[in-house]
Amino acid sequence: MAAQDTIRFIPQRCDGCGDCMTACSDAKGGASRISVVAGVDQGWELALCRQCGDPKCVANCPAGALDKHGRTGVVGWSAELCVDCHLCTLGCAYGGIAFDPAAGHVGKCDMCDGAPACVAACGKGALEHLSAAARLHEAQAAREDMFVPGLSACQGCNSELLIRHTMRRIGRDSIVAAPPGCIPGMGTVGYNGQTGSKVPIFHPLLTNTAAMLGGIKRQYERKGKDVTVVALAGDGGAVDVGFQSLSGAAERGERVLFICVDNEGYMNTGMQASGSTTFGSWTSTTPVGEVGRGKSTDGKYLPQLMMGHGCAYVATASTAFLDDYHAKLERALAASRAGFAYLHVHAPCPTGWRFPAAMTTEVCRRQVESNFVTLWDFTPAGGLRFTRGVERPRPVADYVRMIGKYKHLAPVDLERIQASVDRRVETLQGFQRRPAAE
Amino acid sequence: MTDAHAKYLIVGASHAGREALAAIRMSDPDGRLVMLSGEKHLPYSPTILPYVVSGRSSPDRVALAKAEWFAGNRAELVQDARVVAVDPAARAVRLADGGRWTYDRLLLATGAEPAIPRVEGLKPGAYHVLRTLDDALAIRVHAASARRAVVLGAGLVGLHAAETLAEAGLDVTVVEMRPHVLAEYFDAKAAALIGEAFERHGVRMLMGRRLERAAGTEPCRLDLDDGTELEADLLLVAAGVRPATDLLAGTPVATDRGILVDERMRTNVDGVWAAGDVAQAKGFLTGQSIINGTLPEAVEQGRIAGMDMAGDADLVPYGGGIPLNTYGFFGRHAVAVGAAATPEGEGAEVHTDRSDGYCRVVLRDNRLIGLAAIDRVVDAGILWRLIQRRTDLTPVRDRFLSHPLETARALMSQGWR
Repeated sequence: MAAQDTIRFIPQRCDGCGDCMTACSDAKGGASRISVVAGVDQGWELALCRQCGDPKCVANCPAGALDKHGRTGVVGWSAELCVDCHLCTLGCAYGGIAFDPAAGHVGKCDMCDGAPACVAACGKGALEHLSAAARLHEAQAAREDMFVPGLSACQGCNSELLIRHTMRRIGRDSIVAAPPGCIPGMGTVGYNGQTGSKVPIFHPLLTNTAAMLGGIKRQYERKGKDVTVVALAGDGGAVDVGFQSLSGAAERGERVLFICVDNEGYMNTGMQASGSTTFGSWTSTTPVGEVGRGKSTDGKYLPQLMMGHGCAYVATASTAFLDDYHAKLERALAASRAGFAYLHVHAPCPTGWRFPAAMTTEVCRRQVESNFVTLWDFTPAGGLRFTRGVERPRPVADYVRMIGKYKHLAPVDLERIQASVDRRVETLQGFQRRPAAE
Repeated sequence: MTDAHAKYLIVGASHAGREALAAIRMSDPDGRLVMLSGEKHLPYSPTILPYVVSGRSSPDRVALAKAEWFAGNRAELVQDARVVAVDPAARAVRLADGGRWTYDRLLLATGAEPAIPRVEGLKPGAYHVLRTLDDALAIRVHAASARRAVVLGAGLVGLHAAETLAEAGLDVTVVEMRPHVLAEYFDAKAAALIGEAFERHGVRMLMGRRLERAAGTEPCRLDLDDGTELEADLLLVAAGVRPATDLLAGTPVATDRGILVDERMRTNVDGVWAAGDVAQAKGFLTGQSIINGTLPEAVEQGRIAGMDMAGDADLVPYGGGIPLNTYGFFGRHAVAVGAAATPEGEGAEVHTDRSDGYCRVVLRDNRLIGLAAIDRVVDAGILWRLIQRRTDLTPVRDRFLSHPLETARALMSQGWR
């Protein structure tokens, strides 16, 4: 099922003015279908149809008057079929469908055909119509999935999401290298003599991934075949053990797309630290005890090093911002026709970092909101460009406190992390192309 | 007819059966899944029938599930297949036409049948009932020529039908042996508001009367216990329903008034489940085993039964039935959730607010156990959850009593955010 539009409520911005309800009433006639009510202790709360995936209102309708639309996801109501029994209202735990005495029948949100009047009327930014992601998912869902169903990634891992998105876009004319790490470990390279992907996929050594891909690409070029060669590597295969061959291939300008999926350690083999592991992190090789306080040095920031290789394209990405990722993937694919393209995608690991599996996307988002992760891309001609502003970050502690591997940290450690985050942003800002007058 | 075999066999084709079917397919995409319907029509809801009588719902547009839906779920609907006997030892059911189906897992979702009071002279042919689509169509045809109608019973079916017949221009009388309408849901004051609406629309409401004798057809002469004599061109018996358990005669499946089930909708017999109006399951408020024959309960129970039949690990066992209903009458709106008619006392605290419509809130230990509202908008679904979750209303008590709609919405919104 494709993802669908939704209306997001941000209670911190709501002042209870009621403009959304007026707009809804005006647009639909009768009572507003969006309801903002005073909170129990403070603030404002919302009652609105959630356009549920498995809607109880529909199940409770004896007349077939309610129906979930397969493409838009909107739970629609038919005046013609409704018999005014109101049993639908018993199914809804959100106050999303209610009897409207003025209209004489139940009313519910229909998303205004994709342009919700309530969102347009909210001057406080408390309502957001989220649709970009929906369109993105719809577009990707139409493309062929290149991996077998049932990859056995850990619960909550975002790498599967990332590689399925990536390979749906790249398509069949491709060859994938998956060096040792979580991505082959979850079954992409196959097992029991069967492959886990619809395209040729191989399992190079940690040390030679970029070199092998470069050679494969050259051989296909010799044969006159246009093939995308892509590495789906972990941080071990890029930042640490794989660095020498990666650096060499980038220096030579091999026409390769190298994607580093960075979970900040060797999570597949028992959570050992890697060069990418950040300061303060608990890992099995940087333990926390009487002496150890987690990793004592900062992580190596590979995207910045890749800029120094003069790659055709370098970018960072987060799966909480998939539209941003897809835009960068397009640019990276185009750049990989002429030279080396490098994508660095952050992959918080629920298993190794100790946070609930359901929180991965929220963790990704918080990394970016706190500038712990910055989103940018770089070309030799255009310099560095932030694709999401870094000006008003949340305190990095908001992110760190979500993660179990940091839970031993003292305030002084948090200060150090905050300082290094701030310093990195300043450094990156230095790579921005400045106007000539400056 | 030869034997046929299904991994999942569902007997009954209304809400409980439909939900079970969908729930089974969520976890078992392949096992053969067959629904047996005693009807020649596509599955429909008994709740729709008064609207078929009135003509508001066209009989060809009331299907709850059509052929495409069954095809999409890779399930088979067998129509005109009325099950008359179950043989749990052989894991088989027998049909009225002599056919036989065997099963691995059986769901009995046979619903309920009209209960006909034992009254002298009240014979089949002299009266209508309203439980099937054919019943509704027969009443619709008859109402076109009848002038005087008597409805026996002031439950939801009786009142819906009385409203329909009155709107169609008939002289309608409702006879109910209990002192007021909808006694299973509403207290006397609330019921009086509903009863008055009927009287204003010209319906004669004879409450607290019992039918003693009936004689003849068209007109059917009716003698009530207080000496009232009535004549009916059209007599509708809507004096309640009883679970359709006849097919279990002689089997070890335990029944009381309905089929006894546990919190996974399992009967006492291996491989046999029951759900919906035919099932008798734990009541939430009393812990006693009750028949809670409402549509939302059938949905709830059907889903649980289906999940358990397919071994769905995400099943949350049944929390217990809560009486609840919504009721629209003459363009107005009534809601009853929980034990809304509970009298004051014995720990139950009753607050009645008539400032804006009618609202009766019943609390116990500052937790909601029932709420009835007439001409006042409340979110029945949220109130249901507040009762189920035994939400402590102490911090918002006064606000809840004065503004149940907004306060309940705030509580629920805060809960899911």
